[in-house]
Amino acid sequence: MKATTSKLHRTEERNAWLFIAAPILGFLIFALVPLIYSIYGAFTNWDGLGQMTFIGLENFINLFQDEYFYKSMYNTIFMMLGIPVGIVLALLLALGLNRGIPGTNTFRVLYYIPVVSSIAAIAILWQWAYNGDYGLVNQFLAIFGIEGPNWLQNTSTVKPALIIMAVWKGLGYTMLLYLAALQSVPKSFYEAAKLDGANAFKSFLYITLPMVKPVTFFIVVTSIIGGAQIFAEINVMTPTGGPEYSSASVVFYVWQKAFGNFQLGYASAMALVLGLFIFIITLIQFKINEKSSFDLD
Amino acid sequence: MSEKKKNRITNTLIFIFLSCGAIFMVAPLLWMFSTSLKSKEDVFALPPVWIPETISFAKYAEIWSMGPLLSGISNSLIVAISVTVIGTFTSSLAAFAFAKLHFRGKNKIFIMLFASVMIPYPVVMIPQFIMFSTVGWIDTLLPLIIPGFFGNIFMIFFLRQFLTSVPNSIIEAAKIDGCSYFQIFYKIIFPLIKPAVAAQLILWFMGIWNDYLAPILYLNSPEKQTLQLVIANFNASYAIQSDYPLIMAASVVALLPMLIVFIIFQKQIIESIAISGVKG
Repeated sequence: MKATTSKLHRTEERNAWLFIAAPILGFLIFALVPLIYSIYGAFTNWDGLGQMTFIGLENFINLFQDEYFYKSMYNTIFMMLGIPVGIVLALLLALGLNRGIPGTNTFRVLYYIPVVSSIAAIAILWQWAYNGDYGLVNQFLAIFGIEGPNWLQNTSTVKPALIIMAVWKGLGYTMLLYLAALQSVPKSFYEAAKLDGANAFKSFLYITLPMVKPVTFFIVVTSIIGGAQIFAEINVMTPTGGPEYSSASVVFYVWQKAFGNFQLGYASAMALVLGLFIFIITLIQFKINEKSSFDLD
Repeated sequence: MSEKKKNRITNTLIFIFLSCGAIFMVAPLLWMFSTSLKSKEDVFALPPVWIPETISFAKYAEIWSMGPLLSGISNSLIVAISVTVIGTFTSSLAAFAFAKLHFRGKNKIFIMLFASVMIPYPVVMIPQFIMFSTVGWIDTLLPLIIPGFFGNIFMIFFLRQFLTSVPNSIIEAAKIDGCSYFQIFYKIIFPLIKPAVAAQLILWFMGIWNDYLAPILYLNSPEKQTLQLVIANFNASYAIQSDYPLIMAASVVALLPMLIVFIIFQKQIIESIAISGVKG
């Protein structure tokens, strides 16, 4: 009897391994091995063709003296300012949509259209909208008597321009996540609060916000991870990295160094620093989240 | 009664606010479409013209001969379809094993796989590039296709969650009836998770269709490029001549397929996003 059970177990185990073989192989070939290779590459002088010679920390030392690295890092972080703006707007929209007003489904679709639109087409569209002379944005501003700048050609406006576009593109997605979260809040919570004499603002503060907190956390974490890797819109809208390199992101710089200048070792070091940066930021957020939910209890 | 009235006023205000917002969301896209129907002169008209005097669809005919648009579409389709079909199969099979089968180290392996999504693509893109160039796959679609065959961790995660609601007794009963594990998968499990699979598949398809960084790394020859790159190249070559109607027509073509897919499947897509976000 015992022998047959273990035989059954073995069949199950063998099948299970067969079923998960593909993702495990994929993990080894396309994630683990490249990661190790990348870490090693960061410590070498590597042009992709010749030998990889070990040079220790030289790439990292050069990196931290590289003005363009700081610039691209600063740009990347700066462009993340759109994240809180998008979150607040999306929450407001979701609150509005959660009241069951007519046309809710249509609004959902309209706000979501930019999310599914192709990033290349969107980038081209906005590049054209930001044109100083004929662009839609400045023509809109002209209605209010404001003379808009040539957005993408100006060091002080190119980043805000990219932020506005990013908020516009991502708003529908964040709004949907919030809407789903709001719909799962039991109505009785609000009724009870009302009986206790809480006004709309108070029930928002003490019921809605805590209830949507997991979603907010999810959005913040994924937006920062995504924002740190911004590339396509920059490459299409400002192919040279913008005026005085003021819109180049880290990934843009990595891409230029690796596939433009063939400084693969240097680019690997930079990518690694970016990866580490994302990892640390994410870790900090998890720590903060842990702590604040502990405080709530 | 007065509260009802107050409520109605608030709702009207919110409706107006949401409508204004919706105009801002859609206006740039309408502008794109409107520009694609204009003559070169109308494009620069001040104040802007939303409905051009002479509506011309000529640019939509022209774009097909101006760049490798057709091959761009077919390349994007080849990549997206082959990856999602095979990748969905491997992903759902793995999700079944992770959710319902017993084997040693199951959770550790799952966590290990899931941890790999934390590796940002830029970190592994250089070694991956070298890897694919060693096997001679540069300027082919293979680097975009083959990794997808091994499945998608997010999909595995999502389906695994979904499968926890499927009772184990169904599987036990099938085992007693003499079903093999693979039979259990395709006769019982797969039909059950089909709606979740469909929603995830569409999201994945959209992700691949709109991907930009990987294609720009691997594809050089114009006729090998995916639609996103073809469109970006349109922009680079025709913006100098200010042929915006042409660029916008091409952009509309790039955007339309996903828009149609979204409108058809919006219910599934929205639900899938809502669930993955809230539970994730």
